[in-house]
Amino acid sequence: MKEKLQKIRENAIAQIESSDGLAKLNEVRTTILGKKGELTAVLKGMKEVAPEDRPKVGQWVNETREAIENCLEEKKTKLEAEALRLKYESEKIDVTMPAEKHLTGNLHPMTQVKNQLVDIFGSMGFEVYEGTEIETDHYNFTALNTPQDHPARDMQDTFYLSPEYLLRTQTSAGQIHVMENKKPPIKIISPGKVFRSDDDATHSPMFSQMEGLVVDKGINLCDLKGILDVFVKKIFGENTVTRLRPSYFPFTEPSVEVDVSCFQCGGKGCKLCKGTGWIEVLGAGIVNTKVLEGCGIDTNEYSGFAFGIGIERIAMLKYGINNIKLLFESDLRVLEQIDD
Amino acid sequence: MITPLSWLKEYVDIDVEPKELEKKLFSCGFEVEESYEVGKDISNVVVGYVESCEGIPDTHLSLCQVNAGEHGTFQICCGADNVHAGGKYPLALVGATVYATAKDHVTIEGVMKIKKGKLRGYESFGMLCSGTELGLNEDLYPGAGYNGLLVLPEDAQAGADVKPILGLDDWIFDIAITANRPDCQSIYGIAREVAAVLGKECKEPALDYTETEVQKDGFTVSVDAQDLCPRYIGHYVYDVKIAESPAWMRRRLALVGIGSISNVVDITNYVLKELGQPMHAFDYQYLEGNKIQVRRATDGEKIVTLDEKEFELSSSNLVICDGKKPVALAGIMGGLNSEITEATNEVVFEAAKFARDNIRKSSRALGQVSDSSAMYAKGVYEYTTVMAMKRALHLIEELDCGKVSSTHVEVSTGNSIEPKEMKVSISRVNGVLGIEVPEKEMLRILTSLNFAPSIQGDELTLQIPAYREDMESYPDVAEELIRMYGYEHVTGAFMPTAAVTAGGLNLRQKTELKLKRALCAQGAYEGVHYSFFSPSDLDLLRLPEDAPERHAIKLINPINIDLSLMRTTLAPQMLHAIARNQKKGILSGRIFELGNIFIPKELPLTEYPDERETICAGIFGEEESFFTLKGMAETVAKTLNLNFTYEASTKTFLHPYQTAEIVCEGEKVGYLGKLSYEIADELDMRVPA
Repeated sequence: MKEKLQKIRENAIAQIESSDGLAKLNEVRTTILGKKGELTAVLKGMKEVAPEDRPKVGQWVNETREAIENCLEEKKTKLEAEALRLKYESEKIDVTMPAEKHLTGNLHPMTQVKNQLVDIFGSMGFEVYEGTEIETDHYNFTALNTPQDHPARDMQDTFYLSPEYLLRTQTSAGQIHVMENKKPPIKIISPGKVFRSDDDATHSPMFSQMEGLVVDKGINLCDLKGILDVFVKKIFGENTVTRLRPSYFPFTEPSVEVDVSCFQCGGKGCKLCKGTGWIEVLGAGIVNTKVLEGCGIDTNEYSGFAFGIGIERIAMLKYGINNIKLLFESDLRVLEQIDD
Repeated sequence: MITPLSWLKEYVDIDVEPKELEKKLFSCGFEVEESYEVGKDISNVVVGYVESCEGIPDTHLSLCQVNAGEHGTFQICCGADNVHAGGKYPLALVGATVYATAKDHVTIEGVMKIKKGKLRGYESFGMLCSGTELGLNEDLYPGAGYNGLLVLPEDAQAGADVKPILGLDDWIFDIAITANRPDCQSIYGIAREVAAVLGKECKEPALDYTETEVQKDGFTVSVDAQDLCPRYIGHYVYDVKIAESPAWMRRRLALVGIGSISNVVDITNYVLKELGQPMHAFDYQYLEGNKIQVRRATDGEKIVTLDEKEFELSSSNLVICDGKKPVALAGIMGGLNSEITEATNEVVFEAAKFARDNIRKSSRALGQVSDSSAMYAKGVYEYTTVMAMKRALHLIEELDCGKVSSTHVEVSTGNSIEPKEMKVSISRVNGVLGIEVPEKEMLRILTSLNFAPSIQGDELTLQIPAYREDMESYPDVAEELIRMYGYEHVTGAFMPTAAVTAGGLNLRQKTELKLKRALCAQGAYEGVHYSFFSPSDLDLLRLPEDAPERHAIKLINPINIDLSLMRTTLAPQMLHAIARNQKKGILSGRIFELGNIFIPKELPLTEYPDERETICAGIFGEEESFFTLKGMAETVAKTLNLNFTYEASTKTFLHPYQTAEIVCEGEKVGYLGKLSYEIADELDMRVPA
């Protein structure tokens, strides 16, 4: 019996050693240790063994089993390690190959500028009011001190939808809605799309503006300058300064154009500022008392200032875009480039 | 507005350089858009005295010895027929620049530089010039129109620069005038501002004339439409002698771009440019019924204007009529039937104030624009109307081209042209500015603007001239002060008197931004498209005739048909954007737009339409599928804390088996799907979308 077990053991170990894969190893395990395996058969044949020899034989069988199992385990570990090594090897890559493109998107340049403006003015206590793109003649013109026969209407070519309704030509239209619905103190900015019947390289029939309006006690031209100074420094850089010069808008009096010192040449004169050292960025002024009174605001108590910024103009200046139309083409090559 | 420096100097003693004047004007609200010297292209042209001149045998050329004073004496070959010894002509020295002319000797073909040359074997060290070669014509300098050498005055000093002699050293400013200052749409108006900003006197143009005792018996003026014509002045002038205008007047008109016609017509144009008042002269002989009547045209009434165009009028047009027929389209152009001709010997001058709005509307509706209508559309003040008639009559006498009768008819609604008193509080004026303008400065500035200021305590009293109708209350005074005092005096403040407010985005605005950022994180780029689109975009989507998207608001005056409807869906522009990218070789990408669509309650609009904020995403590329798009829809749902469910559906422009309605809380809120192959083909798409 002992020889038989010894033979099983040797045979098994030989088979295990020669196994070249985990599947084969399992096969070996089944043939020897399985229900119908050789060693199992020996155990089943115990009844034929003399009772006094049974404990000894039992011990032999167990020893044999243990030896085979150890051998199996050892071989298994080895084979597994080998398999893993092969797997790794098969997955070898050339690490110098280019990286895969990460799918990224981005906000539109105008949204980026708008967000910056909202952050700047929001921190100074301005709420954001959004008006409608379609307006009435009254809110877009008449209530802004631009009655029917006013020559200032020639300054803007208006798209009409009916005799009364039109596409707003300026976000200033929102001023009146705000002042009719809210009593001072008022501090709002109002970004939005505006429309004028202009179509060439520097004009688009649709563009965006951001109106700013403050109505409170004692508001004056110095306050306007102070706020705008902060704004241009944050948008164009710390060294930027403003220059006010007289202009005309029907809904402000006095009215000013606001120029900023050229942030490219620092005011020495370059192509961007056409050699003047200054770039025109926005129009502003002290809210015309007629406009305030039209909204039921007492001009003995309150005054205000307003300004209007062209968002595309800022975007074009900041990002060096030379054709406004590019902003409305959704050309991914353009949109990809602008991430501020 | 085109403004010659020499003309301004007629009224103001300008002692600063042109560039300095430009800066001063800019600082007080008059941006000079362009400025240049009249002879900017001419250089190194001097007075040449021809000492000797001999014909070169067998040619039309002459060989001249030309004395150019300090520059030396030069041998010049000259082909002009009027060159002769003893004459003085412009001599372009070697290295000079003058205009090159075409074979007709009139058309300018650019600037040329003079080089030493050789003609028929004779060396020539420069060129004797014609007027055209110096950029001149007969109006700008008498004799300059001659096809030959320009003859210079005998007292011209040989070797002297010709520019001052010929007025080529004059400057032209093109000045932008804001809509609130129609009084500055004239040379004299600008001169008033120049005088104020330089602190100089402004000399008024001569307005005096002597009426004779002659009267035109029975001549009447009636104004039936006083709402459109608050003041009409007619004056009868007789013994008119039509002739050429004097050189000074022709030159000034030429500098502002007006060709000389005849003395009487030139006077009307001169006054228009000088004072900003359109004028008209009727040949009295052709006025029937001894009268002028200002009235609305009758429907279908016709007139042929001076430029020989015929117009059919309606009651919205104002006309000037004689006893029988229209003789002028009021404020726009005179009628051909009463035109001034060489035979004219009696004239009625017209100076009138017509309503700004009416002239603008008529001019636009009829498509007839003139210097006169442009001026009325900007605004003409009655103060100027009265002044202009005096000026025209003065010029009639000065030019000695007619006699001023005592038949002067003026019909007005009684508006005053005298200065108006205005009282404002100094503290309120300073309150607008946020600074204290020193009282002395205040008085100086307001005096220079002819406001005759006086101060008593806090009260400032002004006498506002009638040409400053824009001056209404204290903010206007503040503006006048600061533009002359200087905006550099305004210092930055930070609303010390204002209440503290909380700012920033509201919840909806924050959500909108969050949504945009979530889509960006999905690899999508934000696009912005026009709020209007083309009717063909609706056809592109194969939408049936009764589709709600076809119920779109139309623009009355679109730029073109492709931008003529307010969009009712964002889809077509997204498809165009995808197609455009593919045409440029970009074969995959994700775009989204968050924008309004416009749903009218009824058409034409009688109330605000529904401006519905809508999101549209478009993705394209071989890697994209219905399900990658669905992933973006899920992103939207997650960002908004909503649950979307999807139901198979169809759309006219989408794949019949890859389309779904998006349902949220039992309501259809959107759709998604793959673009139909037919439309992808139509748009030349190379990859699926």
